Amino acid sequence: MEAVQNFMELSQQVVGFIYPNEIEIHWSILIVVYPYITGLVAGAFILASLVKVFNVKELQPTYRLALLTALAFLLIAPLPLQLHLGRPERSYEMFMTPNLTSAMAMFGFVYLWYLMSVLLLEIWFEYRRDMIVWSGEATGLKKWTLKVLSLFSTDISEKAVAFDKKTVKVITVIGIPSAFLLHGYVGFIFGSIKANPWWSSVMMPVVFLFSAIVSGIAIVMLLYMIIMPLRGGKIDMKCLDKVASFLFYAVIVDFSIEVLDFIHRLYESEESIKILSQLVTTKLFMSLVVLQILLGMLLPLGIMVVIKVFKLQEELRRLLYFVCAVLIQMGIFSTRWNVVIGGQLFSKSFRGLTTYKMELMGIEGFLVALTLLILPFVILSILIKLLPPWKREELAGN
Amino acid sequence: MDRRDFLKNVCLFISSGAFVGGLSPEVWAKMIHKDYDPAKHYYGMGIDIDRCIGCGRCMQACKTENDVPDVPYYFRTWVERYVIKTDRSVTVKTISTSLEDPADTFVEKDMLRSFFVPKLCNQCDHPPCVQVCPVGATFKTDDGVILVDEKRCIGCRYCIQACPYGARYLHPKTRVADKCTFCYHRLVRGLLPACVEVCPKQARVFGDMKSIASPLGRFTRMNKTHVLKPSLNTDPKVYYANLDGEVN
Repeated sequence: MEAVQNFMELSQQVVGFIYPNEIEIHWSILIVVYPYITGLVAGAFILASLVKVFNVKELQPTYRLALLTALAFLLIAPLPLQLHLGRPERSYEMFMTPNLTSAMAMFGFVYLWYLMSVLLLEIWFEYRRDMIVWSGEATGLKKWTLKVLSLFSTDISEKAVAFDKKTVKVITVIGIPSAFLLHGYVGFIFGSIKANPWWSSVMMPVVFLFSAIVSGIAIVMLLYMIIMPLRGGKIDMKCLDKVASFLFYAVIVDFSIEVLDFIHRLYESEESIKILSQLVTTKLFMSLVVLQILLGMLLPLGIMVVIKVFKLQEELRRLLYFVCAVLIQMGIFSTRWNVVIGGQLFSKSFRGLTTYKMELMGIEGFLVALTLLILPFVILSILIKLLPPWKREELAGN
Repeated sequence: MDRRDFLKNVCLFISSGAFVGGLSPEVWAKMIHKDYDPAKHYYGMGIDIDRCIGCGRCMQACKTENDVPDVPYYFRTWVERYVIKTDRSVTVKTISTSLEDPADTFVEKDMLRSFFVPKLCNQCDHPPCVQVCPVGATFKTDDGVILVDEKRCIGCRYCIQACPYGARYLHPKTRVADKCTFCYHRLVRGLLPACVEVCPKQARVFGDMKSIASPLGRFTRMNKTHVLKPSLNTDPKVYYANLDGEVN
């Protein structure tokens, strides 16, 4: 009865005509969280790969942090999907009888490949020597945890460590296309739906990819600025400036692609343009125009231009970088919202708009989404405790 | 019959009942409809817009026949009313089957034309819902009907997103995707879909596309037909006669 009441209220807010079954928004806030999280994973990994593959030495202090961040978010990535299923107990069917023509069926395989063959492997080789050394120094539970994590390997000879380093490089090279695959694939899930003109675009995977890189770099930058002082270290400004530089370029590319997509749609002006214009100027005005474009993209871009043009003091720079990173996170989250929710707010009859009313408590509600967004940080804090991204000398050296 | 025979018969009766009851629905269907060969049919529907009077009996019959939730927003089939005014503005509304909901009235001199459009799953020949289903729960039968295996569907709702016609919904009780099946359970018994059966104006015509003599064969011979959203290349098997260009 409550559901009936809810839908009747919703139907009052429908503008124009929608197909009757469209009254229910099927992909909720949880499906907004999912691409946001995988984006952070892919982006953080790309930042890490800059150090190993492209030899950007200045970024070294963020390398391990970026890897751990990617892992923390990746571990949570399947949860929003699982929770949103109508029959979550059957999710294993995706592995047992995957439909090979379905983009979504590949999720499990893409995910497992990325988790097992890229991220875990790279982190293991990167930390192997340290885990052996640390397990020698530690006692009790931590000692044994580290021993298990290092898979009881003991070889820390120069030859073995050299092999580790080489392997890390190889994995990173494989990891870059894999990260592209992970998030480009999420874009494809949306971009390949021809029924939905807001989603159906060959640009979708590319837009997803670059926005992922933007959000990933920004989250590592943010975490670096918060965690480094907390662990008693000093923020390496050279590193921070370099991260900000890459962030700046990534935002420019991302913005250009999105503008291109926008202009292309407007110029082609297909059948759906009227309803999509109505969508953007009414239901999505706040989240798209204000949050995503003005506050989430143009303002941080402006700030970064100011930082680059005027040689500002260190402290002011840090503050502005921090503000930029926070704004960008909000902007990218809005981007995900506008894609996922925005794509369901207009009727496929192109004659009307509906409304999404987010639940607070339900399984697909605000609180669950918030928990899913907080969980990766909890995991990250445990990972950082167990596998510190910076050695004591590094912290002291700064 | 002595007591011994009676007990023997009771035992036989109970055990045979348990045997029959334990059979899966698929086995049941095969036993009952052993003469039915899906490969010999290919179903489609014809809808004559000019015949539909918007009585909504098809909507009601469908809900009753298929246990569709009795609320005004989940439908396997529904009827839209189009009103195009002299200023070319278009008003569309799903008609209500409730007597409490009075139909909208329009001033006649303002109206250019008005008509009803029955809608349902188009049973596409290139169904996007089948393509995107991650577990193969949505599938096309040999006789061309798109069905959902409700025991396999995981409720991800990708098919609902992929359907250009808004023909699918998530069943609130089973939590799996649901849609029109052309009343498949009736077809295999040689019956018509419920909506076709009850239509007082024969606006809906059902038939076998493999048979030139079927009602659908005749319908497509006698009318110029059109399908919904042909540009999406879904190849619908619901054919409309006298369809207005405003309908999508």
